[in-house]
Amino acid sequence: MKPPPRAVVLLTLTLLTLGLALLSLMAGRVWAPLSAFTDMSDPRWPIVFELRTPRTLLAILVGAALGMSGAAMQGYTRNPLADPGVLGVSAMAALGAVGTLYFGVAAATYWMLPAAAVTGAMAGVLLLLALAGSTSSAVTFVLAGVILNTVASAGVALALNLAPSPWAVNEIVNWLMGSLADRSFDELTMAAPLIAAGCALLLTTGRALDALTLGETGARSLGVDMGRMRWALALGVGLAAGASVAATGVVSFVGLVTPHLMRPLVGAQPGKLLVPSALAGAVIVLAADILVRLTPSAAEVKLGVAMAALGGPFFLGLLLAMRRRMS
Amino acid sequence: MSVLSAKGLRVRLGARDVLNGVDADFAPGQVTAVLGPNGAGKSTLLACLAGLRRPDVGSVELDGAGVRALAPRVRARRIGLLPQTPEVAWPVSARTVVGLGRIPYNGSRGLTSEDEAAVARAMDAAGVAELAERDVTTLSGGERGRVLIARALAGEPEWLLADEPLAGLDPGHQLDVAALFRDLAAGSGRGVVVTLHDLSMAARMADRILVLADGGLLADGPPHEALAPAVLAQAYGVEARFTQGEAGPLIEIVGRGR
Repeated sequence: MKPPPRAVVLLTLTLLTLGLALLSLMAGRVWAPLSAFTDMSDPRWPIVFELRTPRTLLAILVGAALGMSGAAMQGYTRNPLADPGVLGVSAMAALGAVGTLYFGVAAATYWMLPAAAVTGAMAGVLLLLALAGSTSSAVTFVLAGVILNTVASAGVALALNLAPSPWAVNEIVNWLMGSLADRSFDELTMAAPLIAAGCALLLTTGRALDALTLGETGARSLGVDMGRMRWALALGVGLAAGASVAATGVVSFVGLVTPHLMRPLVGAQPGKLLVPSALAGAVIVLAADILVRLTPSAAEVKLGVAMAALGGPFFLGLLLAMRRRMS
Repeated sequence: MSVLSAKGLRVRLGARDVLNGVDADFAPGQVTAVLGPNGAGKSTLLACLAGLRRPDVGSVELDGAGVRALAPRVRARRIGLLPQTPEVAWPVSARTVVGLGRIPYNGSRGLTSEDEAAVARAMDAAGVAELAERDVTTLSGGERGRVLIARALAGEPEWLLADEPLAGLDPGHQLDVAALFRDLAAGSGRGVVVTLHDLSMAARMADRILVLADGGLLADGPPHEALAPAVLAQAYGVEARFTQGEAGPLIEIVGRGR
C-alpha cells in the first residue's frame, strides 16, 4: 500500500483536531449544542467557555507536547520504545511537582509547581543522556530509564509515606493519576508558552535527528553539533513534557504511541515525524479526554489511567510484531 | 591543491597509546590505503583526519589550518567520512539515506534541485540507482554498504575517508568500488584514504600504502615497498610473498610467521 501524500496526512490530522476540539466543547455530562455557544444568557455558556475551553486547549497542547517529545526521543535514541514516560522523564517531572505539593509551596506560589516539574523533566533528560553515555545503545537508554523511573517513584512514594495529612496524600495521588478535569485558564496560560518554546526547540533538531539515522559518527561527520543537539533536546523535552506534567499530571503512552502510528503514513525519517506526531498526539489526547468524560461511571475515569490502560495492549501488539519480524 | 596532514598524532585510549606519533601528508589525486592489524588504530586515524576526534598530542591540518578549528559544517563539506559500521537506524528509502549526505549543504531545509542532482550522481556512481526506492533495512549487507558509499559521495567532498568500504562486498562489487575510488582520485583529483584488510586489493587500488602497527607507521610508500615481506611479517606476524599476478600485484600469505 502506498502511503498518502504528506500534505494530505497533515491536513487530515489538523481537521481531526479541529473537529474533536469542537466535539470536546459540546460533549460531557451536560450536552451543549452549538446554539449555547453564541447565547451568553444560556446556562450552558459558562460550561463551554469557562470549563471546556481551557480543558480542550490544554488537551491539544499536552497531546502535541507529548507526541513531539516522544518522536524526538525516539529519533535521538534510535529506539522505537523511547518516550518521556518510558524513559523516566515524566516521572522526574512528577517528582519535582510532588515535592512542591508535599512541602505545601505549590498552593502558596502558583509558579512553583510548573517550575519544579520543568526542572525535574530537564534534570531527567540530562541524567538520561549522562547515564546512557556516548554509547547511546538502545539497551543503555532503557536501563537508564529504568533507573530514573525507579528513583523518581521511590521519591514520590516517600512523599506519600511521610505526607503530613491524608489530604496531602489525596491531593498528590489525584494529581499523579493525570487528568484534564477542572483545569482553568491559569493552567493554560502557564503551560502554553512553555510548551510552545519546547516544541520550537525540538523542531530545530529535525535535520540532526535525520543525520543520527547513520549513527553518531555518521551524524558528526555530516557536521552535526552533537553537544548543541543534546541541549536542544534536553531543554525542548524538559519544557514541553515538564509543562505538560505540571498542567495535567502524568499522562503516559501518548509519546510512545504516536510516532508508531505516524511512521506508516509519513515514513520513518525522524525529522519528518515531529510535526505529524504533535498533531496525532493532540488528536489522541482530545479523543481520550472526550471518552473519559462520557464514561457512565460515578467518578470520572482519569485520563492518565485510561491512557495507561490503552498503552498496555499497544505495547503487547508492538512486542508481538517485533517477535514476528525477528523470527 | 589542498593538503591534509597529520602532525605527530598521539591518541590514548584507556591505558594504551593507539596512535603514538603518526606523521603523514596526504595528497589529492591519490588513493592512500591504511593497513594494519586489528586494533592498530586505523579507524582512530581516520576519525582524527576527519576532525571528529581530538588527538591528545599533535594536530591534523587542512591547507595549514587545524581541522578542529573549522566550523563543523564547513569541515563536513570538505572532508567526507564513511564510518565502519553500516548503521541505518530506521526503515527509510535508499534515496533518503543518500540525501542525508547533503546535510552539510542544505542544513535544516529540504533538498534543493542541486542537492537532488548530487544525490542522483552519487547513486549512479555507486551503482545503486535501481535501489533508490527500496527500504534500506531490507537490503543485503553489501547493497546497504554501497548505498552508504553513495551517501558519502553525495556530499562531493574534496577528501573521502572510507573505513573498510569493501567489507561485506562480493568480488565483483569490490572491483567496482575500487575502480570508483581510483576514478575519484585520478579522474576528479579528490583525495581518497581507505582502510582495508585485503592486501592484494590494497596493492591494486592504492597509489600509496601506510602500514600502522603498535601505534606508529611501520611503512609508508608505494605498494611494493610498503607490502614487503619484512613489513608484513612485523605488522601481521605472517609470512607473505609479493608476486605479480596477471591482473596486478598479488600478496600470497604463505603461513603464520614466527
